[in-house]
Amino acid sequence: MKLIIAYINPFKLDEVRDALKETGVSGLSASNIQGFGRQSGHTETYRGAEYEVDFVPKVRLEVMVDDTLAPAVISTIEETARTDSIGDGKIAVVALEDVIRIRTGERGEDAI
Amino acid sequence: MDTGDTAWILTSSALVLFMTPGLALFYGGMVRGKNLLAMLMKNFAAMGVITITWMLVGYSLAFSGDVEGWGIVGNLDLFALGELSSDNKLGLGSAVHGLTVPDNAFMVFQMMFAIITPALIAGAVAERMKFGAWVAFIAIWSIVVYAPMAHWVWGGGFIATEIQAIDFAGGLVVHINAGAAALALILVLGRRIGWRQSPIRPGALPLTLIGAGILWFGWFGFNSGSALASNGAAANAFVTTQVAAGVAATTWIIMEHFVSGKPTTLGFASGAVAGLVAVTPAAGFISPIWALVIGIAAGVLCYGALQLKFKFNFDDSLDVVAVHLVGGIVGALLLGLFADEAIGGVDGLFFGNSEQFARQLASIVVAFAYSFIVSYALAVILDRTIGIRASEEEERQGLDLALHEEQAWVFTE
Repeated sequence: MKLIIAYINPFKLDEVRDALKETGVSGLSASNIQGFGRQSGHTETYRGAEYEVDFVPKVRLEVMVDDTLAPAVISTIEETARTDSIGDGKIAVVALEDVIRIRTGERGEDAI
Repeated sequence: MDTGDTAWILTSSALVLFMTPGLALFYGGMVRGKNLLAMLMKNFAAMGVITITWMLVGYSLAFSGDVEGWGIVGNLDLFALGELSSDNKLGLGSAVHGLTVPDNAFMVFQMMFAIITPALIAGAVAERMKFGAWVAFIAIWSIVVYAPMAHWVWGGGFIATEIQAIDFAGGLVVHINAGAAALALILVLGRRIGWRQSPIRPGALPLTLIGAGILWFGWFGFNSGSALASNGAAANAFVTTQVAAGVAATTWIIMEHFVSGKPTTLGFASGAVAGLVAVTPAAGFISPIWALVIGIAAGVLCYGALQLKFKFNFDDSLDVVAVHLVGGIVGALLLGLFADEAIGGVDGLFFGNSEQFARQLASIVVAFAYSFIVSYALAVILDRTIGIRASEEEERQGLDLALHEEQAWVFTE
């Protein structure tokens, strides 16, 4: 099993979710985060005073998948979230030791 | 007594009271989320505390007679409102305005001005002043600074009778007065932690826009109500108020377009308030075309004044000095040029009265000097006794939790 963590542009969230549903993903989590990478921040101006804001808003996706589905999920996120410009984000793939569905107590791939 | 006048003054009183929560939102949106409630609270506190000080002694010191005829301060004959009643048997203020409304109506209209004036100062002390010290400051200030100033200008005191300056709705009494006190408090309080080193950005600008809208709405009571009657002067003030606010807001975003690139919502709101401030002393004395000129002047000069705090290194957190002190001076001075006897009974320089400009200038110097010196002394005394600044730990944590044990934005159930 894998935990796939993707940092993507917020405006790509709906597109990525729809594409992932088609690959057979049964659930995911998304959170609003701020971060910085090679893409620098931006400037904000309040009453003439300029501020450099170093953090940019991103969405963090977390998807738990079994090993057979993992390559399809990764490539789907990669292709859907890509705009070919700086700031498209990153995907991390983490080995997942166990998953537990709290309601039923199911474990492992049954709980995904 | 006139029922139409009375209805308008009571309505205007409610409109002016509504400006204080509007101001609270205007300021509240400009601070970081961790200090939002503390900002709202400093404004709302004025609605409680000043009601008490004004009812007990403030009104009497401002509008009851004149001690020894010196023109300096009123007497205490109306302590706790004394024999003030719901007809106009005392004819209070009649020396100034020839009132046709009940004593109580005039008193409560003036009370709302006494409330919002110290609330205006709150923007300068944002994100770092202790709440108890703030309450003590505004309570004492309303008695030793506001009440005498109101007496000098509107209660038969020396600015009206000796200097002969004019102030329709509070350029001196409200805006220059609050702006000078704000400058004094800034100097005693010092700068916020991290000012100019890390970004201190507005936390919720939509609140600021709502607040500016409420201020604009309430300002019709403030300026038009200051005619103290439901008549042509009130209608003239209503029109000049709208013109100056609309013009100054538009001017401000045009300035932004040329100077910094993009028109901003905060700029529009700031411009509207600057225009409203500048037209306040003049509203009932000028025709609408001069309100247009005042609006442009307020937009350009208040926008320019914003940059001064960086030159002087003053942390005027929400620009009370640039908007209220500078805006008030712009309006009070230009009034000396644009006043038209056909509108409000006094001519300015452009209408052949060469003395009015100097009178306005003198009144500004007096109002600024008195408010600044007494406010500075009061702030220093409070700082040496109870302390006026929150601790470093409280400031970093945010005043909402540290001072009030509440949070503005709660994201969990």
